[in-house]
Amino acid sequence: MQFTRTEMLPPRAPPVSQSGALKWVRENLFSSWLNATLTILSGLVVYSLVKLSAPWLLHAVWNANSLSECRSVIAANFGPDAGGACWAMIRARWYQWIFGFYPPEVYWRPILNFGLLFVAMAPILFSDNLRGSVKLVGVVAALTILGLALAQGSWGLFALLSAIMLVSLAVAAWAPRYLLIATVLYPFATVWLLWGGSIWGPLLALAGFALIVPVYRALSPRFGLVVATTGGVIVASLWWFVLQGYVADALQTAIPLGIVAVESDKFGGFLLAFLIGVSSISISLPIGILLALGRQSNMVLIKALSVGFIEFVRGVPLITMLFTASLLLQYFLPPRVQFDLILRVIILVTLFSAAYNAEVVRGGLAALPKGQSEAADALGLDYWQAQRLIIMPQALKVSIPGIVSTFIGLFKDTTLVSFVGLQDPLRGITSIVRADIDWKGIYWEPYIFVAAIFFVACYGMSRYSLYLERKLGTDHR
Amino acid sequence: MNKTLFLGTLAAGAMLAGIAAAGTLDDVKARGVLNCGANTGLTGFGAPDANGDYQGFDVDLCKAVAAAVLGDQSKVKYVPTTGETRFTALASGEVDLLVRNSTWTFSRDTDLKLDFVAVNYYDGQGFLVRKDLGVTSAKELGGATICIQTGTTTELNLADYFKSNSLEYTPVTVVDDADAQRQFLAGACDAFTTDASGLASARATLPNPDDYVVLPEIISKEPLGPVVRHGDNNWGDIVRWTYYALVEAEEKGITKANVEEMAASSTDPEVRRLLGVEGEQGKFLGLDNDWAKRAIAANGNYGEIFETNLGESTPIKLARGLNALWSQGGLQYAPPFR
Amino acid sequence: MSGATDLPKPAFRLSSLIYDTRYRFITIQVIVLILALLFTAWLVENVRSNLALKGKDIDFAFLWRRGGYDIGQHLIPYTNDSTHGRAAMVGLINTLVVAVLASILSTVLGVFLGVLRLSKNWIISRLVGVYVEIFRNVPLLLWIVLVAVVFSETAPAPKDFKLVNGVAKASMSLWDSVAITNRSTNVPFPLLDRPLPAIVTPWFTLPTSLLAILALIAGSIWAVLRLSRRATAVQEATGMRPVTWWQSLAILFAPMLAALYALGFHLDYPALKGFNFQGGLSFDHAFTSLTLALTLYYAAITAEIVRSGIQAISRGQTEASFALGLRPGRTMSLIILPQALRVIIPPMISQWVSLTKDTSLGIAVSYLDLRGTLGGITLNQTGRELECMLLMMLIYLIISLIISALANVYNTSVKLKER
Repeated sequence: MQFTRTEMLPPRAPPVSQSGALKWVRENLFSSWLNATLTILSGLVVYSLVKLSAPWLLHAVWNANSLSECRSVIAANFGPDAGGACWAMIRARWYQWIFGFYPPEVYWRPILNFGLLFVAMAPILFSDNLRGSVKLVGVVAALTILGLALAQGSWGLFALLSAIMLVSLAVAAWAPRYLLIATVLYPFATVWLLWGGSIWGPLLALAGFALIVPVYRALSPRFGLVVATTGGVIVASLWWFVLQGYVADALQTAIPLGIVAVESDKFGGFLLAFLIGVSSISISLPIGILLALGRQSNMVLIKALSVGFIEFVRGVPLITMLFTASLLLQYFLPPRVQFDLILRVIILVTLFSAAYNAEVVRGGLAALPKGQSEAADALGLDYWQAQRLIIMPQALKVSIPGIVSTFIGLFKDTTLVSFVGLQDPLRGITSIVRADIDWKGIYWEPYIFVAAIFFVACYGMSRYSLYLERKLGTDHR
Repeated sequence: MNKTLFLGTLAAGAMLAGIAAAGTLDDVKARGVLNCGANTGLTGFGAPDANGDYQGFDVDLCKAVAAAVLGDQSKVKYVPTTGETRFTALASGEVDLLVRNSTWTFSRDTDLKLDFVAVNYYDGQGFLVRKDLGVTSAKELGGATICIQTGTTTELNLADYFKSNSLEYTPVTVVDDADAQRQFLAGACDAFTTDASGLASARATLPNPDDYVVLPEIISKEPLGPVVRHGDNNWGDIVRWTYYALVEAEEKGITKANVEEMAASSTDPEVRRLLGVEGEQGKFLGLDNDWAKRAIAANGNYGEIFETNLGESTPIKLARGLNALWSQGGLQYAPPFR
Repeated sequence: MSGATDLPKPAFRLSSLIYDTRYRFITIQVIVLILALLFTAWLVENVRSNLALKGKDIDFAFLWRRGGYDIGQHLIPYTNDSTHGRAAMVGLINTLVVAVLASILSTVLGVFLGVLRLSKNWIISRLVGVYVEIFRNVPLLLWIVLVAVVFSETAPAPKDFKLVNGVAKASMSLWDSVAITNRSTNVPFPLLDRPLPAIVTPWFTLPTSLLAILALIAGSIWAVLRLSRRATAVQEATGMRPVTWWQSLAILFAPMLAALYALGFHLDYPALKGFNFQGGLSFDHAFTSLTLALTLYYAAITAEIVRSGIQAISRGQTEASFALGLRPGRTMSLIILPQALRVIIPPMISQWVSLTKDTSLGIAVSYLDLRGTLGGITLNQTGRELECMLLMMLIYLIISLIISALANVYNTSVKLKER
């Protein structure tokens, strides 16, 4: 008697412990005693954190006019002992965290400025990624238009400004090369938009750069790049520091064109943080490149000067640089010359970040194979041609992630300016809001709010930097 | 992003940079704005409100000077200063006038090269404690933790006081008033010490003012006053006499409301000189003859300014005390206008 | 065929200073030197005329005058009669204490977190990831302020520890030895009943007892090492390792216990007296929150450095180690970490430098470090901005340069071993 199975048995499902969620849990959470302990421990940590904060967050109040009102609402709804977040304070004062004491009727200016910042940066940040650039400009345009709609202002103005953003989007999508024009014009636009006043000052300052070009053209065939650039800068400086003031005044009386001027002591909050961060990092980049080249130079003196500067700046805390701006800079300027405190802080922070950028760029230069500069030499390029055409484009590309991290660090460090009396979002504005008798005694909410905004901004930037690193990583292979 | 931004900012800097001329008065007139060093967090003396407009006893003196010099009390730019940065801001020319609860001391007047032109508030250092601490005298504070604002005379007075009474204490040195109050409120220190007026201001803004008490001891003399740079005597005179004009106005019963009427109808020769109806007093200061009238019209006389910012009707509820007019038993006394 | 010959080099002419690359660098350097000198002269002249205008001078004599203010935390003797110079010294020591303590703690925590970040345990690696991102992307200043607020707002006041009708609102933790109040953390402090006489000099006091105990510990460790080396020698000779653990324990602890007993060692517990806890060791919250915030923040950064350092080691190393039968833990400690260290150490050192500089943020919680004393109260009371600021920057610079110099020494020594 023989029994042979003629049909195949249907495959059985794997044991419960070897499939689905259970398998995942076993492999990822309880693969060993140590792991199981860790899992349970971290579960406990998460549980206690949630237990600690959940009631507080759940009892949040969004509508109230003072802290005591908040407290009474919470007490009425959740019992006398319940604690709860009072976000009503953010609702009442959010504009001060964003703009400081900037006049509310011209909030559109910083908002537009913020939008244009990304338009100006898109061609640099996404140099060979059209879709990324369009996406960025699109998102920013939408946000800007939303912000403008929320700010006070006439419909005509709103339409005009939205049109500007939409045109930028269109340019980004169909003629990306022309976006670089925005990049070049942006610095002048930003000074004019933020500080206001006559349009002639920034326009004529821009004209100064136009002066450099013919001088450079005239001098460069005979004397080379360095002399020609120096000559151009000297001529332009003469224009800026001697003539421009008179011409601007004359033009302003003849054709008065301008917007309401805003004193820089009205700047505060995240507007101030972005202003200091963005202007310092962008001004410091060229200085940093020169310093990095100086550090690599084989001319002893130049190398010594660069190394001395870089090491000095990197050796002292930022806060001493800020105190230098507020207490010491006046000693080093000619008697009776006075700068705005914000400007002094920007100058010192620029010097500070220049040293850090120099080290980042030096890293980029070191990453280049020596063959690149040798090849440039072999082609008969002189030093500056080699730097401009061969070395720098490659070195800078490698350095961008480092520069972005420098910027993230700098942006976080802008909170330190409160120690010299500027209204940063973290301590400056928070203490002003807390000085209000309605909101006295509120601690957690302002910090959480400020931390959240910083987190979003910095996390976004670090993601971008990671994306770049990954892209560069694949480029090399 | 390249050099353009750098030079653009430089150009902007050149626009913003003011090259000062020799005299502060000429500077202020040329600028059209008075730069006034102010406190940022002392309710009643100087603090910005929700719109960023500065209010307070000290701030009103800035406004009076601006009214006297520029004819408009709103032409003041308030430069926020901390206890640490204030004198440097003045010495460097960043502010023309510092009215920020600054104590007139010998070394500040001589070594720091500042000029205190008047005393607009006679004060003394005291202690604020929680009632339930059960302390009734500063002598019982042995072993206590005490919050002090740094950069002031208070830390030196405190060290001297505790030393002369052979008591121990733990100092908590805080950068600004607001933070010191926060720490005190949170219980990080047993006592908060600063000028008695500041204590009253701090107490007024605490959630339950009645739970706190100011101890009776006043451990120092703190004459607070407006400060100008050493060496510019004309500017010092302007600030000094603007202040005295406010005091004199109170003595003569000139108020914000009746200043025009007094100018028109008063027969008192001193009032007529003060309000510019007679004589050429403005010219000696480099101003026009209506300067004092404008200063008084801005926010009223000394008494009115005191009442609106610090007096019984405000949450701070300070009594005039030493700051009453000499004719009412106080120390405020204006030299004669003649 | 003759090879190409070099063109004869033209002799030096004046125009070579501009056109000949061999000589042009001299011209450029001379120009730069002149510009640098002019710039320096401009600065010096500005300083001179500004000082003259303000009627000031540069004079460091104030460092030897009476300071007149008190400092809560001072590790060397200090009263308000001490000089400004000594106050600066106290501040410098306070800076260094926080810097060293936070560096050590953040490194330990950071390495731990960095390893956990790569753990196969899903929840652990995610949790650590969240921690790292949150701490890295929010300003350090906020963490310092926040930690300080947590302490001052949630901890009980000292008077809550008082017994009222037999009940206290708060009680001490860890078997009544540690008291966390809203102003300080109080822990027991070891005291000696019969200490050795200390050597007192005007500038510092030499803690002889402490030095003696340290010497004893060093001696014991040396003896244990000798013992273990001898055991290794025996093992190599005979193949049998003698049992030494009880000898090691005895050598390590017996002399120390004997010495402590001889010196009359006991713990001084904090107790509530008057307003505050007295006795024991009291850490200000300014100190605790600054150290804690620096530790947490830099641990996040260290974790990232460690993670990328470990990931830089090729996967083959792990696989080879597994193939040899090493467990994951030993693979990490014996194979991966030693190699990763070479990648990890250089960025770690620059983190230590930044941490040291960031101790200056103690200003936010009123910690009297170098900036708080020399660059804060002294600067204000004397009005000598130029002198105080320059001196302070110089000291910070020297500290940073010392750390960097040590880093370079280490880097060179690591490099030599590379082939």
